Amino acid sequence: MGVAVGLSGFAFGVTAAGAGLSLLQSCALSLLVFTGASQFALVGALGAGGSPLAAAAGAFFLGVRNAFYGLRLSGLLRLPRAVRPFAAQWVIDETSAVALAQPDRASARLGFTVTGASLYVLWNLTTFLGGLGAAALGDPADWGLDAAGPAVFLALLAPMLRGRRERATAALAVPLALVCLPLLPAGVPVLVAALAAPLVLAVTRRKEADR
Amino acid sequence: MSTWIAVGVTALGCYGVKLLGLSVPAGFLERPVVRRLAALLPIALLAALTALQAFGDGRALVLDARAAGLAAAGVALLLRAPFLLVVAVAVVVTGGLRAVTG
Repeated sequence: MGVAVGLSGFAFGVTAAGAGLSLLQSCALSLLVFTGASQFALVGALGAGGSPLAAAAGAFFLGVRNAFYGLRLSGLLRLPRAVRPFAAQWVIDETSAVALAQPDRASARLGFTVTGASLYVLWNLTTFLGGLGAAALGDPADWGLDAAGPAVFLALLAPMLRGRRERATAALAVPLALVCLPLLPAGVPVLVAALAAPLVLAVTRRKEADR
Repeated sequence: MSTWIAVGVTALGCYGVKLLGLSVPAGFLERPVVRRLAALLPIALLAALTALQAFGDGRALVLDARAAGLAAAGVALLLRAPFLLVVAVAVVVTGGLRAVTG
């Protein structure tokens, strides 16, 4: 997992540089945001010329899932109130997966702390190296690095597509986003596509109610 | 400057939801509708982002080497390749195709 996070961090650093962010801005994102999908989404939208608020909104909605990890973790870890603001930054996909897989509270706390600390260091270090390396690489597109973003998203998405409802949501979100791309300002098509989630939920609930 | 605004807003928002999850009483977020929506929301966003970043060029739709790279990544996922390999395949295929076609 560390290797995958390291490569993603490097890819993020390169991608962010390609989108026109300074090294300082890329590193600030990895230090302060520290949730990969949101960061990729933000620099992608900024690189496409999106307004800062629309880009941030897309990144924010992707980060909302961390609230639900936090909810499950708070019951499991039972952190003291004073520690929570510090632990919160490490509430991400990977740390939640490790902590939730542990058999008891002590090992869950240990797993969360070790995973959080090592990934935080690794992610920020590789972002920095990616940003530095980007200058030496020249145009990221020459190396195919502009395909890293969509591949990362697809790899995160694939394991989520288990049920019919999940597949329907993805199948609806793609055409919504692509149809909106030429019509709406950059960053907004993603937000329109997010409506696929409540739409599918509403339709499937109605079907359940009919039965 | 506007990039810094985006960085700041995203950082505050993303940190805020993380802290919220650790801090709120379980009741609200445990409601079935909220839970289901939270599960579907990232799916919609990730699917849209995959498509936009693979086929979007500014505000135009294009079919270029990225599509081949994404298709290769899809095949790698079907073959249960690890995350690292999936991303590497997409990059290599896209870069290779550009090098060949010029």
